[in-house]
Amino acid sequence: MIQIENVSKWYGGFRVLTECNMQVARGEVVVVCGPSGSGKSTLIKTVNGLEAVQQGDIRVDGMHVTGVSTDLRKVRSRTGMVFQSFELFAHLSVLENLCLAQKHVLKRSSDVSEHRAMQLLERVGLAAHRHKYPAALSGGQQQRVAIARALSMDPTVMLFDEPTSALDPEMVNEVLDVMTDLARDGMTMMVVTHEMGFAQRVADRVIFMDGGRILEDCAKSDFFGGGAERGERSRHFLSKILHH
Amino acid sequence: MPISRLHEIVAALPYLFETGMTFSLTLTALAAALGLMLGTLLALCRLSKSRLLSLPATLYVNGMRSVPLLLVIFWFYFLAPYIGAWIEHSPTPVQIGAYRSAVITFSLFESAYFCEIMRAGIASISRGQTHAALALGLTARQTMIMVVLPQALRNMTPALLTRVITLFQDTSLVYVLSMTDFFGAANDVASRDGSIVQMYLLAAVVYFAICFTASNFVKSFGTARHAH
Repeated sequence: MIQIENVSKWYGGFRVLTECNMQVARGEVVVVCGPSGSGKSTLIKTVNGLEAVQQGDIRVDGMHVTGVSTDLRKVRSRTGMVFQSFELFAHLSVLENLCLAQKHVLKRSSDVSEHRAMQLLERVGLAAHRHKYPAALSGGQQQRVAIARALSMDPTVMLFDEPTSALDPEMVNEVLDVMTDLARDGMTMMVVTHEMGFAQRVADRVIFMDGGRILEDCAKSDFFGGGAERGERSRHFLSKILHH
Repeated sequence: MPISRLHEIVAALPYLFETGMTFSLTLTALAAALGLMLGTLLALCRLSKSRLLSLPATLYVNGMRSVPLLLVIFWFYFLAPYIGAWIEHSPTPVQIGAYRSAVITFSLFESAYFCEIMRAGIASISRGQTHAALALGLTARQTMIMVVLPQALRNMTPALLTRVITLFQDTSLVYVLSMTDFFGAANDVASRDGSIVQMYLLAAVVYFAICFTASNFVKSFGTARHAH
C-alpha cells in the first residue's frame, strides 16, 4: 500500500532523511517511533507529498508520489492525515470541517457529504457537537473530529503524525481508542507516536528511526521482545520511554 | 449662541446629513470594499515566491504609504484624464469626474494599508492549516480561498475596521476636489450663514460621535471574539 524506497531528503545542506526504505501492506498498522528530531514526522509527510524528497521513490496504492507528473491531489484525497496539533479549520463548524473537502474535492453533494459526516461523527462519538466550532471543543474532541474529517474522504490509508503528543494526558485514551477501533476495522495505518502501549496493542510492525535513518523495522513481538539482535540505540530509547 | 443661530443649524441638518454624510459614508464603503479586494490581491502578490509578482506589489505598497493622501488625490485627479486618454488612445484628455476619481484614489491608497493588514493576517495562519487543507486534496488556490483567507480576515477584522474609521475621517479631504461630503456640506453652510464656529463645532462633534462609537464597537468585537 505504501512503498518508500531509498528516500533521502535535504534541507539545504542538512540531510534530514537518509536512504529510508519501508513498506506498509494493506490492512497493516505500522508504528514509527524514535527520538525527537529523528525525521519520523518528516518521513510521514513525504508519503502524501507535503514534504518533497530529493531522492528515492514513494508509492501509495500504486501511485507515484514523487514523480513530476503525479497528480498529488489524487494521492492526497485517498490518504487521510491526522496532525499533532489537530489543524481543524477554526472558522468552520465541526460539520463544515468534515464536508469541505468532500464537496470540493470529491464533488459530493451537500446531502451526501453531511450524511457521511454524521456517520463518522457518530463513530467518534461527537455527533452532538456537530454545530460547534473547534475552539469550543477539548483537545481530545478536536483530534477525534480531525480523524473523522480525514475519514470523510474514505481514504485507503491513514497517516497519523504524533496524534496524541499535544493532548493533555487524560485525553490521550479517547483518541487512541478511536485509532484502535479503526485498526481493528482493517484500516491501513502508518502512525508516528511515542505511545508504546498503543504500539504493543495494535501495531503489526514497529519502525525505529534515529538521525534520519530507519534503524529497525521488525515485527511488534521482536521489537518489544528485546532480543539480542535488536540495536543498542532502540533498546536504550525504549527503556527510557517505557520507564518514564 | 443666539436662538436664531440654533434654528439655522437645525434647518441645515437635512442638507448636512442627506447630502454630506451620505456621500461620506458611500465613499468610505466603496473605498473600503474595493481597497480590501485590491489589498488582498496585493498581499497575495507580496507573499508570492515569484519576484515578478512580489517586487512590483512591494514597490507599490511602500510607495503609496510614503506619500500624503492629499498628494495622491491631486495627482490622480489631474493625471487620470491623461492616463485615460492614453488607455483609450484618445487625442484629448478623458474626463472621469471628481466622484469616480475620488473613489479610485481612495481605493488605491487604502489598498496599500489593507495589503499590510492582510499580509499580517495571512502570515498569522499556521502552516499546519495549509498542510491540513492540502492533505485533504484541496488545491493551493482552494486552500487559500477556503481556509487561509477567511481566517486571516477574521483575525484581522479589528485592525481592518480601525483602518476603515481612519478612512472615514480621511474622506473629508475630497473637499479639495470641491465635492460635498459631510465636512464640505458643513463648510458650505458655514460660509453661507457666516456660522463657521458653530458648523465646525458641529462637524467635530458628529465625527467624534461616529468614530468613538465605531472604535468602541471594534474594541468590544475584539474582546467578544477572544472570550469565545
